[in-house]
Amino acid sequence: MLADVAPDPTSSAAAGHPLAPLPYRVRAVATETADTTTLTIEPRSTRSVPAPAPGQFVMLYAFGVGESPIGVSAHRADGTLVHTVRNVGKVTSALARLTPGDTVGVRGPYGRGWPLQEARGQDLVIVAGGLGLPPLRPVLYEVFENRDRYGRVEVIYGARTPKDLIYYEELQSWRRRSDLRIQVTVDAAGRDWYGDVGVVTTRLPDVRFDGSRTSAFICGPEIMMRLTAQAVVARGVRPEATWVSMERNMKCAVALCGHCQFGPTFVCRDGPVLSYRALEPFLAVKEV
Amino acid sequence: MPLATATPQAGFGGQVVEEVRVGERRTLDRQRFSRLFEALAGAGYSIVGPTVRDGAIVYDQIRSVEDLPIGWTDRQSGGSYRLERRGDAALFGYTVGPSSWKKYLFPARERLWTATRIGDSFTVRPEPVEPTRLAFFGMRACELSALAVTDRVFAGGPVTDPGYRTRRSSILRIAVQCGQAGGTCFCVSMGTGPGVRDGADLVLTEILDAGPHRFLLEPRTEEGAAVLSRIASELVPAAAGEARIAEAIVARTAASMGRTMEATGLRELLRENLEHPRWQLVAARCLSCTNCTMVCPTCFCSAQEEVPDLDVTKVERWRRWDSCFNLAFTELHGASVRKTGLSRYRQWLTHKLGTWHDQFGTSGCVGCGRCITWCPVGIDLTEEIGAIRAGPGPAAAPGGKP
Ligand SMILES: Cc1cc2nc3c(=O)[nH]c(=O)nc-3n(C[C@H](O)[C@H](O)[C@H](O)COP(=O)(O)OP(=O)(O)OC[C@H]3O[C@@H](n4cnc5c(N)ncnc54)[C@H](O)[C@@H]3O)c2cc1C
Ligand code: SF4
Ligand code: SF4
Repeated sequence: MLADVAPDPTSSAAAGHPLAPLPYRVRAVATETADTTTLTIEPRSTRSVPAPAPGQFVMLYAFGVGESPIGVSAHRADGTLVHTVRNVGKVTSALARLTPGDTVGVRGPYGRGWPLQEARGQDLVIVAGGLGLPPLRPVLYEVFENRDRYGRVEVIYGARTPKDLIYYEELQSWRRRSDLRIQVTVDAAGRDWYGDVGVVTTRLPDVRFDGSRTSAFICGPEIMMRLTAQAVVARGVRPEATWVSMERNMKCAVALCGHCQFGPTFVCRDGPVLSYRALEPFLAVKEV
Repeated sequence: MPLATATPQAGFGGQVVEEVRVGERRTLDRQRFSRLFEALAGAGYSIVGPTVRDGAIVYDQIRSVEDLPIGWTDRQSGGSYRLERRGDAALFGYTVGPSSWKKYLFPARERLWTATRIGDSFTVRPEPVEPTRLAFFGMRACELSALAVTDRVFAGGPVTDPGYRTRRSSILRIAVQCGQAGGTCFCVSMGTGPGVRDGADLVLTEILDAGPHRFLLEPRTEEGAAVLSRIASELVPAAAGEARIAEAIVARTAASMGRTMEATGLRELLRENLEHPRWQLVAARCLSCTNCTMVCPTCFCSAQEEVPDLDVTKVERWRRWDSCFNLAFTELHGASVRKTGLSRYRQWLTHKLGTWHDQFGTSGCVGCGRCITWCPVGIDLTEEIGAIRAGPGPAAAPGGKP
């Protein structure tokens, strides 16, 4: 049994509340696709959230509307954060309407990101589907910055159609690099698309890595993550070195609201990045 | 009536007032029981405790002994709760009702913060939470365990709930050892009662036979002892046999539990039986009404609401109790992850009895029986666990296609 509980020092009005957002200024807004926007934001005051690790997320707050969990697709030492948001509902459409100079609320960063420490010295297989790319982009930045820490780096990025590809310019520059290989594929395309067509798993047989010393990082729709994880495990990657980023409904992001539970895990706190080894028994059951 | 012995140190006129120390048992007569209320009020506590409202015994503000459910008892079974008259004037002759102490620490609806638009930015003011000296009067052993569980949930993790911690820091826990078990109780199975072990400031045992109607009091903390010291002259040191009488009362209660459940290995049992046919049977009965989660003393799920004023210059953030039985609870990409009643009941039960161990190192169930009593169709978790334990045999199989 717990010892007696002391009052919380943060509960006074002067201090912060763990669920209170900090105001950030929107510096830039870029349109990625018809429904997806990239926001670059910076702290409005001297107070900012701690630097996020690759794969962590924040709660973005649209004043008067509400909050949504959103991954971090880049950050800078001056506190700048970059988020890519798909407009699917109440909060995300409010975020999509923001223009430079507007204010957005931020709290976080939350959760456990990609285990880059464990992946050192290993080959990396990075598979992103759709909006799975933003939370994986910081991994690529880490690789570029510390290239000698990793072995072969293979990236597969898939979208529904060519129009749904995000970070288009950056993709072109990544494709020109010789220190990693990136394959871009779409589920369906017209005759004006010269790239690959097919879901991300169809590109896997092409990918070269040493299974026993590889970490796989997978982010995308749940079904895509399950099939991709199965496929890389079948090619010899250990289930405990196969990582997926789970998505669940979240209200608090600090394991107090109960919404994001997936089996024994709180996706917000124990995840969102979780090993396939831990998830497999639950992914196999419907509606866990 | 002002208490001449209100201070535990020296009284007026050189008269030395006795001090009650932690662990020293005292006896208090039923006739003088109201003095305990006065002592609590004198020590600055507001008292919440059991009282009769709308045909049930609930926890609410109480001021005097007369507010207690004197001479009442409750008859509980799956889906049924009835108050009945007892043949005596016991003060604590019942078990737990639909409310739990949780509501005083984790209110059903609570404002978390208020944000105000200032120019093109905003400021956020967290809701100030004042520690109020609340005496939880009449906590049962299972409820002390439930408190220890919510302590872990709200105050044991890396991020703690400020409101819970602040309110929790200033309560006084006055426990009552149960003199009888309810029809849906199974604290013995869960190892939480009926005797009070840890976590109380003061422990009461009501003694109805073997002499006059009286109470055995045992202060377990300095706070509990300080309250008794205020009425030291009303108390008599407990006679040698009193502790044994109290033990016998607890033993008699333990022997009459309404339910039992084998609690060992539940985490593994449930983990291995996520596809057990029994889930279909229980899902066919469950109404997803959320009653079980509302009455449970450990359920902690919540939702948040954004409440803007008309011109959206001021916004309030509210938190309210939510339930894993609500369809919207797991909404994701336009649909719910747990669409079926089966998956929602399974989530509730596997969480309570299984994954809670993974998350908090304890069971989420303390065996209070509320969810059995207040389920409109009488779904009984002890029965469900029994059926799953029995294996997927004919008794548990859904008998043909669902
Ligand atoms: C860890 C994590 C990281 C995320 N990162 C990003 C990101 O980088 N970019 C991005 O665009 N989105 C991201 N999401 C999804 C994003 O949080 C939701 O799309 C958003 O919360 C929907 O809120 P809304 O108010 O706009 O929609 P609502 O108006 O609330 O609902 C619109 C639809 O979205 C669904 N929805 C509600 N909550 C979620 C949720 N948490 N996830 C998915 N769907 C939901 C509802 O079922 C509803 O059908 C992430 C989610 C999680 C859990
Ligand atoms: S699950 Fe039922 S018996 Fe267990 S603590 Fe909750 S309400 Fe009581
Ligand atoms: S188990 Fe009973 S109380 Fe709980 S949601 Fe189902 S019908 Fe309601």
